[in-house]
Amino acid sequence: MLFKTIKKQDFFDFYFPDFQCIGPKKVGTNNNGKPIYQFLPFSSFDEIDLDYETTEYSAKTYFLPYKETLSSFSFEDNDWTQEINYSSNPRLIIGLHPCDINGLVKLDKVFEKTLFPNPYYITRRQNTFVVGIDCKQPCDRGFCSSVGSNTVTHGFDLFLTDIGDRYFVKIGSDRAFNALQKIKTRDITKNDNELYLQARNKFDDGVEKTVRVENLPNLLDIEFESDVWGKWGDKCLSCGTCAMVCPTCYCYGVTEHISMDFNKSDKIKQLYSCNLNDFAQVAGGHNFRPEPATRLKYRYYHQHRGFVESFGQPLCVGCNRCGRACLAGINPTDVISDLQREQKR
Amino acid sequence: MKYLGIEPQKPKIAVFDFTSCEGCELQLLNKEETLADFLNAVEIVSFREASSSSSDNYDIALIEGAVSRNDEVKRLEKIRKNAKVLVALGSCACFGGVNRLKNEFDLKSANKEVYGNDPKETINVRPVKDIVPVDIEIPGCPVSKAEVESLICHVVWDSPFQPPVYPVCVECKQRFTTCLFEKGQMCLGPITRAGCNAPCPAGGQGCWGCRGPAVEPNYDSFFAIVKEKGFADIELREKLNFFGAFQEVIIS
Repeated sequence: MLFKTIKKQDFFDFYFPDFQCIGPKKVGTNNNGKPIYQFLPFSSFDEIDLDYETTEYSAKTYFLPYKETLSSFSFEDNDWTQEINYSSNPRLIIGLHPCDINGLVKLDKVFEKTLFPNPYYITRRQNTFVVGIDCKQPCDRGFCSSVGSNTVTHGFDLFLTDIGDRYFVKIGSDRAFNALQKIKTRDITKNDNELYLQARNKFDDGVEKTVRVENLPNLLDIEFESDVWGKWGDKCLSCGTCAMVCPTCYCYGVTEHISMDFNKSDKIKQLYSCNLNDFAQVAGGHNFRPEPATRLKYRYYHQHRGFVESFGQPLCVGCNRCGRACLAGINPTDVISDLQREQKR
Repeated sequence: MKYLGIEPQKPKIAVFDFTSCEGCELQLLNKEETLADFLNAVEIVSFREASSSSSDNYDIALIEGAVSRNDEVKRLEKIRKNAKVLVALGSCACFGGVNRLKNEFDLKSANKEVYGNDPKETINVRPVKDIVPVDIEIPGCPVSKAEVESLICHVVWDSPFQPPVYPVCVECKQRFTTCLFEKGQMCLGPITRAGCNAPCPAGGQGCWGCRGPAVEPNYDSFFAIVKEKGFADIELREKLNFFGAFQEVIIS
């Protein structure tokens, strides 16, 4: 890895003409006066705040939109043509925390480095210049360190760590190296290295491992019929909020939409959630997972068992966005701890 | 246009208003970008707001409004006989709507309150399905025109007509709306059927449930959450009662 440092004010000279720029913007405050941030388009760096604690939503939608048209069919003269559009405009996303970049690295495994690569995802991913930044403080009940997502080694173009009046910068791609030629950078010194490690250590000391997940795939198999699922399932509103705010949930449904002039039809993909009532409903109306508890259970099975079996790591990055967004107060550390207590009984 | 040699049938449509504000009917004439195509896809034989023609020969009857007079009962029964498909259009037709609030009061005093010394004939407000069988319901205050268009495609092409089974929360998330509970407001979004694209929460107003319950809403959990967040029972009850869509759980 190539490291440089950049003076903070010089970094904001960073200029991407013709790029749509996305960053953490403050959109308001909650009931307790706590600021709420979202990844939104900006036109000037003073609109964003890189010291943000966390965002309400992940940046997933910029890579896997909530809704996208997979293809369009046009009918003419007793025949039809299909149109598929993979193109995406260049984009800069700045301020992704390690959890979010780890989330992208996991999505890469599913959509890019796989037997059936997904061109829609790949185009967006490759046309997005990702600038990450280390967290300054742990977020509310985040458990990134428990699932190994508190540090990031790849999956970004640039990665920043705040070391006072400068950013300690990791360069993760050729294009990032080239982009940096246009602004003032400095080679790292021994002092920079120390400041970087201090900043990292300070953060790591603040995030204890709150939940052990090493043996979770096996535990989940053993606890398939545990009462714990009923306990949390009874609370679940089946509203899909957890999957919508999650940086890695990627399940979806596809529907056809006929235009009103009957000359065109769009095949539209919509991100779905395994907690929604008809997620496992099939033709003929049979629902394989009619109870909220079963649906909730399978969300945990995908995140912490199925994905581990396929890729050797959980799908969950420990950001706890689902836990904070859940009105019913269902959060992963509580559910997992409950299962583990079940074992000790 | 023809598709695979098949010429689409133009369904004959009639629109009828009962006790309502006629806003859903106006919706039928909204969404200008596809209005010409919409009017081309159907044959409107009766629609007081849009056309002076009137006929009893129709395939689809779109019923707007609830029933609140005896003559409306008879009129509705006649329409049912004529229509191949009867659609309840909007929250009033589906649930009774805002008009249903009248049922909470003594009819005589409600009549006096509104009409003074010139009382009108009135009965308790009832949704369309309480009088005649309804084939399809499109709830909403007002209805979404996109959903009406989807219904037309369904009738013409037999494509599925599938309103979302999930609650409004999904649509709030899809448009980056901050949860109104987070801002200290009550919102019926978690128990209300999506399909409206959640415009009210996006505008800072909690959902009042005009589209009625989502499929199998978790009332117990939702009511516990509302209570825990400190909202009064009366506030919850007023919201649930507003469009008359949650009669199955109203605690009096």
